[in-house]
Amino acid sequence: MKLQFSDADEAFRREVRQFVKDHLPADIRRKVELGLRIEHADYVTWFRLLEARGWLTPGWPVAHGGPGWNAVQRYIFDEETLLGGAPRIIASGIQMLGPVLHAFGTDEQKKKYLPDIRQSNTWWAQGFSEPGAGSDLAAVRTTAVLEPDGQHFVVNGHKVWTSYAHWCSMMFALVRTDPNASKPQEGISFLLIDMNSPGLTVRPIRLLEGGTDLNECYLDNVRVPVDNLVGELHKGWSYGKYLLGHERTGIAGIGSCKQQLARARRLAERQGLCDDPVLQSRLAQFEVELMALEFTALRLLCDHQQSRTPGVEASMLKVRGTELRQAIFEALLDIAGPDAVPFSLEAQHLEQLDEAATDPELVALAANCLDARKLTIYGGTSEVQRNLIARATLDAF
Amino acid sequence: MDFSLNDDHLALRDAVQRFCDGEYPPEHRGQAETPARAAERWAGMAGLGLLGLPFPAEAGGSEQGPVEVMLVAQELGRALGGGAFVASTVMAGRLIALLGSLEQQRRWLPGLASGELQAAVALYEDGARYDWQRAALQARAVPGGHVLHGRKTGVPHGDSAGLLLVVARDAGSDGLSVFAVDANAPGVRVRGFDTLDNRRAAHVDFDGVQVDPAGLLGRPGEAQAAVEAALDAGTAALCAEAVGVVDALIVHTAEHLRTRKQFGAPLAKFQVMQHRLADMAIALEQLKSMACVAAMAIDADTPAQRRRLVSAAKVLVSQQGRALGLQAIQMHGAMGMTDECRISHFAKRLLVIGQLFGDADWHLKQLH
Repeated sequence: MKLQFSDADEAFRREVRQFVKDHLPADIRRKVELGLRIEHADYVTWFRLLEARGWLTPGWPVAHGGPGWNAVQRYIFDEETLLGGAPRIIASGIQMLGPVLHAFGTDEQKKKYLPDIRQSNTWWAQGFSEPGAGSDLAAVRTTAVLEPDGQHFVVNGHKVWTSYAHWCSMMFALVRTDPNASKPQEGISFLLIDMNSPGLTVRPIRLLEGGTDLNECYLDNVRVPVDNLVGELHKGWSYGKYLLGHERTGIAGIGSCKQQLARARRLAERQGLCDDPVLQSRLAQFEVELMALEFTALRLLCDHQQSRTPGVEASMLKVRGTELRQAIFEALLDIAGPDAVPFSLEAQHLEQLDEAATDPELVALAANCLDARKLTIYGGTSEVQRNLIARATLDAF
Repeated sequence: MDFSLNDDHLALRDAVQRFCDGEYPPEHRGQAETPARAAERWAGMAGLGLLGLPFPAEAGGSEQGPVEVMLVAQELGRALGGGAFVASTVMAGRLIALLGSLEQQRRWLPGLASGELQAAVALYEDGARYDWQRAALQARAVPGGHVLHGRKTGVPHGDSAGLLLVVARDAGSDGLSVFAVDANAPGVRVRGFDTLDNRRAAHVDFDGVQVDPAGLLGRPGEAQAAVEAALDAGTAALCAEAVGVVDALIVHTAEHLRTRKQFGAPLAKFQVMQHRLADMAIALEQLKSMACVAAMAIDADTPAQRRRLVSAAKVLVSQQGRALGLQAIQMHGAMGMTDECRISHFAKRLLVIGQLFGDADWHLKQLH
């Protein structure tokens, strides 16, 4: 057993830190630090810088642009980029579709789509959730019917909570291709859909904090070429599961927790709360819980065979990490005190920060806190995760 | 960064597990020990080599580190066993190894390792809660050694210890010294009492106790850093013990949920129970991690680093340990309230561990 990172890991950490320091544009860093709106162009700028360094696609095979990092290196990369004020890599083409196409796509699909994902030319929408299928994803009802000539699917249905669909030119979707399958998980296929297809409409959903990053997508007789089927017909569920299981190292969000805790300490100083014993105790409690979360993530990453309930670690890390992050956001709200009340959607853009009625550091705080409620809802709610953890615990203990 | 266990670790863990399976029948775990039974088990632990585990080889030990101590404490925790392992082997042993001359180590450690002698650290005093550094028990230099005056409270397993390591205020320098005192020496009065978890502790009065120079560990007034290190080693071991207790607690609770039927269905079918169990499982993973962290911190580069990590671990162990114990009682319903049900015993041990060597609030304050 050893508590320290290896010298090689520490050297890698310094390398990432220096890269972020040298290359991340100052305005993007400022937006991240203040929790302001990050525009499409900001993400593209940062992603292309990472791609030029070979660091954008850690989950991809080395032969196709992956850096070949182990779990600890990926962990260090996440932490250092976030602590350095970089935006998260949110593009679902990079993190979700890429690994699926590498594993299950045809050569033609790989050639056609992967380069544009890597270059951030194409953003992909994740067409999974539906009004009747959230955490219970196997209940998807959007249908895809093969035309008699066998050349096209005709897709009808309604996808919802589609992040950044307005920035996306393509969508990967789970659609029902066999309505008579014996189990809900069977008879689902994985389709790639052009967002500019006739019959596909995107409508933004205005959220509680004022943002419109999520959308509804209506599919009305959308024709999709059969070449856009990934893997085998009716086997889409297994590809979807592969995709959701792929991004695990970052699931605890430890880098984000640290980022926000640093923000809390910074704001506490600005608000004159450094000597407040109640707040200091709360922050110390966060440090303890963050430390426990971090070492648990590292322990489980390093050492799968020690686990009594293998497979549910990701659920445990997600539940704990997201709940902790939400708690830190609530503390941020308390640090702001009365200054959490003024609200301006406009001032959450860096260019219009001057119009804010409060300290720029506080402008986006309440919105960020509300936005963080999504953490325990997306990717399987905390309730669904606890169901999984309980089942594994009842089996193992 | 490495949390893996090697084959020697696994073998040690299995050996302790087998010992506990034999010595602590499941239905008796947590019951008070008769002195005879305690002595028998103590001899058994000595036979396994557990009582000298971390001692230097030249003093009869096997030179194992804090990770091995952690593994042993975890298994003992699972069985609610181990008696004075933490008090004598881990804390007192460490204090002697850190402060004692080679001669002093050879005088006491082999006896501790063989089980012939048990030691306890007399640290805390009335009115000072966990702040042992405010010790008022006075050590005055006299011709032929020192004389001790004062009172120590809540010494874990203090009434079965033949050797008391007393933390005293050196009248000359105003620093802290440690004296090794024979529990039967004139002027020592040990008043043992039962603790909440069916173990033993003692208040000890020192009324003009004479200690010769061979009983002074280290230099007068300069023992604080070593006491701190020994206390951290003991705290880390308690954290590990708590992991074993919580693991057993979850085993029992999961079994109860699978077998106990209400409203025509096993409790395991009720989501509200599932989610509580899930939270217990998450907490266990966090406690395991922090027990590893605390153990590895014992050999940290700086005392400040060690203290910080151990305090962080103890905050979580104190908070979560108690919460999990009390939660498990609730999940067992009225049966959980009985002395017969093992759950109450696991809960009480966790509660006591939470209060020993600094509770959650005290350790949290160390981190401000």
